[in-house]
Amino acid sequence: MAVIETLNTGFGSWNPLIWLAAFIIAIILAWFIWLRGESDYRKGTEQTKPFISGNAEPEKGEVHVRGGNMYWGFTNALEDYYERLVPLHSGILTDYILWFLGVMAIVMILVLGGGLI
Amino acid sequence: MITGWIMENLPALLLAVPMLGAILTPLVGKVSEKGRNAWVLLVSLAALCVAALLTNEVLSSGTVIYTFGAGTPASAIPADSGGLPFRIIFTVDAMSVFMAISASIVGFAVTLFSIAGDSKMSGKDSFYALLLLMQVGILGMVCTGDMFNFFVFLEINSLAGAALVASRVDKGYAVEAGLKYAVLSTLGGLLVLFAVGLFYGQYDALNMAVIADSMQFGVLDKIALVLLLVALAMKSGAVPMHFWTPDAYSMAPSSVTAFLVVASQASLYGVFRVVFTLYNVTLDYATIGWIIIILGVLSMFIGVTMAIPQKDVKRLMAYHAVSQTGYMLLGVGVGLAVLGNAAMMDAFGMTAMEGGLFHIINHAMYKGLLFLTAGAIFYQAGTRNLNKLGGLGHEMKWTMVFFIIGALAIAGIPPFNGFASKLMIYESVFMFSPILSIIAMVVSILTLASFVKVFHSMFMGPKLPEYEGVREVPRYMLAGMGILALLVILFGVFPQQVVDFLITPAATALVDQGSYIAAVLGGGA
Repeated sequence: MAVIETLNTGFGSWNPLIWLAAFIIAIILAWFIWLRGESDYRKGTEQTKPFISGNAEPEKGEVHVRGGNMYWGFTNALEDYYERLVPLHSGILTDYILWFLGVMAIVMILVLGGGLI
Repeated sequence: MITGWIMENLPALLLAVPMLGAILTPLVGKVSEKGRNAWVLLVSLAALCVAALLTNEVLSSGTVIYTFGAGTPASAIPADSGGLPFRIIFTVDAMSVFMAISASIVGFAVTLFSIAGDSKMSGKDSFYALLLLMQVGILGMVCTGDMFNFFVFLEINSLAGAALVASRVDKGYAVEAGLKYAVLSTLGGLLVLFAVGLFYGQYDALNMAVIADSMQFGVLDKIALVLLLVALAMKSGAVPMHFWTPDAYSMAPSSVTAFLVVASQASLYGVFRVVFTLYNVTLDYATIGWIIIILGVLSMFIGVTMAIPQKDVKRLMAYHAVSQTGYMLLGVGVGLAVLGNAAMMDAFGMTAMEGGLFHIINHAMYKGLLFLTAGAIFYQAGTRNLNKLGGLGHEMKWTMVFFIIGALAIAGIPPFNGFASKLMIYESVFMFSPILSIIAMVVSILTLASFVKVFHSMFMGPKLPEYEGVREVPRYMLAGMGILALLVILFGVFPQQVVDFLITPAATALVDQGSYIAAVLGGGA
């Protein structure tokens, strides 16, 4: 049937509908497991308030992890890479034009000079 | 009678509808703002309908030729042309309609979104006129069969785009971004014009089929190839000529940014059209193929690694747009590199090309969607700064769902459309060079990591006091995002249908230079 046609990549295949069926079965299983959990949860009561070892809860804005704090380890590990790459994005138009003309010169040499291979 | 006339003039109507719409928009706006909004939506919908009809016509009956000013437009060399295809000819093949339908869908979605999303802006009459003019430029670029005409539409696309980038005067930053885009686009346009001049000087022709048929691949042709290739690659945002992209994409209104993605893809179409249709058999496949592959790999990797530390959500998404363009260049570049080897082409080259082309339309949908969600956030929260945003998922549930769909699609997570095209690219490129395929997969993982950060920064966390009054965006904006989200899901769940209907015919049309030439010089397919 055309509707459940599989995407052929030439080497393997991919059928999203079979994947979706498996996904839905997994969701139903997870739901059943969830149903067997504790049922005494009451939204908005004392039990839903955060417990921070008896300390007062900070302001909402202070506990949210902001975007700038994420992946610090990744960017720090690649510090050398970023120290070279970021300054190239100078925001200066003449720099942009130089890169453009530089790439053109390299490609011109490659094409007129007989190629890469 | 009317139906017959419409069907006979579809290529002209594809441009005439948005062009007429653009011209009349300021006049309608003088009468009524609501009337102007309805008019712009109607024009955009009509353009989409024409694109759909033309797509159906081309895919069912073959390449459509339309000669402007001729007694019989369907013939490339009508009797009153003196036996030469000197008139402006639109050569609309499967590749053209593939791009046209993609642009028209995104065009309609962004227009719908902008009705409410840009309602707080002044100067909306000219804004919508420029938006429709940019659509004219994009559609003209992908449909024309004439090199000079291609340059004209490239300029219309670029100038309308630059003006739109500068339309939100935000302490001068938007104007600066628009100026950068305009200067670089003009420089690129001049080089394209110079290349067109080289063709005209050598072959006395501007028609692509005539030039392709006469192509000698001498020194001047090689110079023209480099000028066209590099100028159009710059316009499509390929690294290391991508620097304008984050500046322009981040400062433009989000509806414009979503459409700029398609405008850049029209230049990518130009790269592919030049390489496959103008030069094709005369090319050194390995050299040009590897140049495109290297540009693709650089774009993928540098784009995504520059995206990760960004704090402005639209700037971050702009770097991802650069990164995703790399996948398209990689897929089609691999196809080009093995074009001369029939065995390799059958084994994986064609799949790589189809994957690259499939990624174009997928990217137009999910990246358009992501930029619109960023616009929805800016509309309500008034900032794009990820260090300031947070907790918006409590009130903006629909926007959050649309963002999740777009983010999973761009990261190549099943069952969304980005996964299908990336899978085709991974597997076919692996046969060509495993390391390139591995780089592509690593880039996808980094893309997912980056969008997890954006998702957390914008939607997760407790409700923040500064966003106390924030509510979901108006219905028009949700409808614009909803159309694209629906297509992201449908293209992901039924990928083979899309490949069979749109992608394979487009890839075949691109590779088959002989048919393109015969369609014009033989008087029509």
